[in-house]
Amino acid sequence: MKKERTSSRFMATLEHMLSNDSWVSILVIVLGFLVGTLLLLVIGRNPAGMYAAMLQTLTGYDITRNVWNARYIGEWLTASIPLILCGLSMGFAARTGLFNIGAEGQYIVGLTVAQFVALYGPQVPVLHWVLALLAAGLAGMLWGGIVGFLKASYSVSEVVATIMLNYIAFFLSRWLTMLIPGTNTYRTPTFPATARLTSTLFLRLTNESRLNLGLWVALAACLFYWYMIEKTRKGFELRATGFNKEAARYAGIKVTSTITISMSIAGLFAGLAGAIVALGSFSYGRVLAGYDNYGFNGIAVALVGNSTAGGTLLSGLLFGMLASAQPLMQGRQIPKEITWIISGLVVIFISLRGGVRLFLEWRAREKARLRKETME
Amino acid sequence: MSVFLAMIPSILMIVAPILISAMGGLISERSGIVNIALEGLMGIGAFTAATVHYFLEQSTPLSIWIAILAASVAGLAVSLIHAYASISLNADQVISGTGINLLSTGGTAFLAQVIFRMERTAPFRLGMMPGFWGIYPTAWIALAVVLVTWYVLYRRPFGLHLRACGEHPHAAASCGIKVRKMRYIAVMASGFLAGMAGACLVLTQTIQYTIYTINGAGFIALAAVSFGRWLPKGVTAASMLFGLAVALAIYMVNIEAMRFLPSEFFSVMPYFITLLTLVLFSGKEYAPRAAGQPYERTGS
Repeated sequence: MKKERTSSRFMATLEHMLSNDSWVSILVIVLGFLVGTLLLLVIGRNPAGMYAAMLQTLTGYDITRNVWNARYIGEWLTASIPLILCGLSMGFAARTGLFNIGAEGQYIVGLTVAQFVALYGPQVPVLHWVLALLAAGLAGMLWGGIVGFLKASYSVSEVVATIMLNYIAFFLSRWLTMLIPGTNTYRTPTFPATARLTSTLFLRLTNESRLNLGLWVALAACLFYWYMIEKTRKGFELRATGFNKEAARYAGIKVTSTITISMSIAGLFAGLAGAIVALGSFSYGRVLAGYDNYGFNGIAVALVGNSTAGGTLLSGLLFGMLASAQPLMQGRQIPKEITWIISGLVVIFISLRGGVRLFLEWRAREKARLRKETME
Repeated sequence: MSVFLAMIPSILMIVAPILISAMGGLISERSGIVNIALEGLMGIGAFTAATVHYFLEQSTPLSIWIAILAASVAGLAVSLIHAYASISLNADQVISGTGINLLSTGGTAFLAQVIFRMERTAPFRLGMMPGFWGIYPTAWIALAVVLVTWYVLYRRPFGLHLRACGEHPHAAASCGIKVRKMRYIAVMASGFLAGMAGACLVLTQTIQYTIYTINGAGFIALAAVSFGRWLPKGVTAASMLFGLAVALAIYMVNIEAMRFLPSEFFSVMPYFITLLTLVLFSGKEYAPRAAGQPYERTGS
């Protein structure tokens, strides 16, 4: 009898947790780490190494050698910035019911334009990088806006269109960047110092890490996202379109322009991410050899963050931690790919969330049946 | 002209994996399940084939064929995740596909670290050998896959049932067709073919698997399905065209008249053409009507 009561209480707690998005996200992350830890055990490595590397990334404290270095914290935040922004990109579109696989392409467009402004823009302190960020944001907006426009006006699937535009952005970026005089197969000439997002404060605080002014941009973007989605009329229209397009149209919302605006703003976030990586982490323009994958990982970031501003910020920090812990893991005999596996698993577990809904429905039916039985 | 003739075997070598994978995508989308995991499934196939071939090539002459079979089975096994999430749990088909793509990169590199203690598989000595006219057997495999797909989808009742699930699943169900079972079969077939395609790619075009081996071939296959308007002959033609573009991007340095164009010009072609055709033919409905939508049984 007692056992039965505890099990029913467990079920009730589980049910309560599963009906809350934040709890599901936490559950999914815990599951991802659990499977990752098991995998390491199976191949005979000590998972403690993975957790020590993650601790060192988060706090700068190296538990094995008992030394502290703030640079690791700086590198963690640096890796998180583009992930947060690309997560916002994916999330913003998702709130309007769109699946933005194109953050990668919008990121590349932003990165490329920022590199051009860095090399050819006016070399005035502050103004130079502000211009570069603005141009990159606009370019991202345009690249995302194209998808929104095609979706709204020609009902072209945004999934296929963004995948195509990712590759188009990638090859265009390579071609245009290689046209710059003095560029070899992998880099352009060095940027002037006025184009860099360097922050002397951060350099001092984090022991010369690559942490840069982009951090403020990312935080401001989160605020903007929250305000726009939750507090403005446009944000309401965006969400209404996401819930039910036909109902939104019936309510007098201009669905076509709403979809275009949504994709443009999604592109803005990703374009800024590209500019921050280009001007914050590198001192020269890159001829991309492959995707940087921030855009694709942004999908996971947004899914875990439930497409809210705060959630995306937190999950961006989590995935940034995984990314910047990689080199530290390798030094501890942990294959660094385990972090990619954990990210992939998290996304797959989220896709299995439909199972949670089925479970809740089943529970509700069971309860109704029990109630009926006791009534009789 | 002779330069082009000399290129035909290379073009077919590049076309074959794209075509095989695209047929998988076609089958899956015809049943109503969009499979954007083709890229990841090809990666899993390529890794499996490279590994199996590396260990068996010394001991049996059938090594290549065993590797292709193993790759296909591996692709099928992983595609079951996608099938379970999107068919049994009604999950968003794009999310589980993206998950597989992410997992494929991490999983293959992780296994390579475990088995070979490096980020790639150890190189095998000898890949697949070209047959007469210098054409690789993968071209014939691709041809067979196309013919079988066409025959099954358009000349057998089974294919009609499968396509009905992608057009109007509820109507199909009312005729006694088991929609979920059909969709499972279609996704598994696409996993099998994508795995096979990955094997064909790695065994003809390179000597080992790295995470850059597939390099977008799966996404090109996905584009070929749309550009080919979800028809076997259209998808075949699209794959040929895209394969030609990829080949030109690689081999154009040998062609005097084309040297003024950057190789990126040809690389970008498949994606650009696909986007353009999606816009141009947007008014007409070529895509299976229920593709991308979960099938929920109504009533009881």
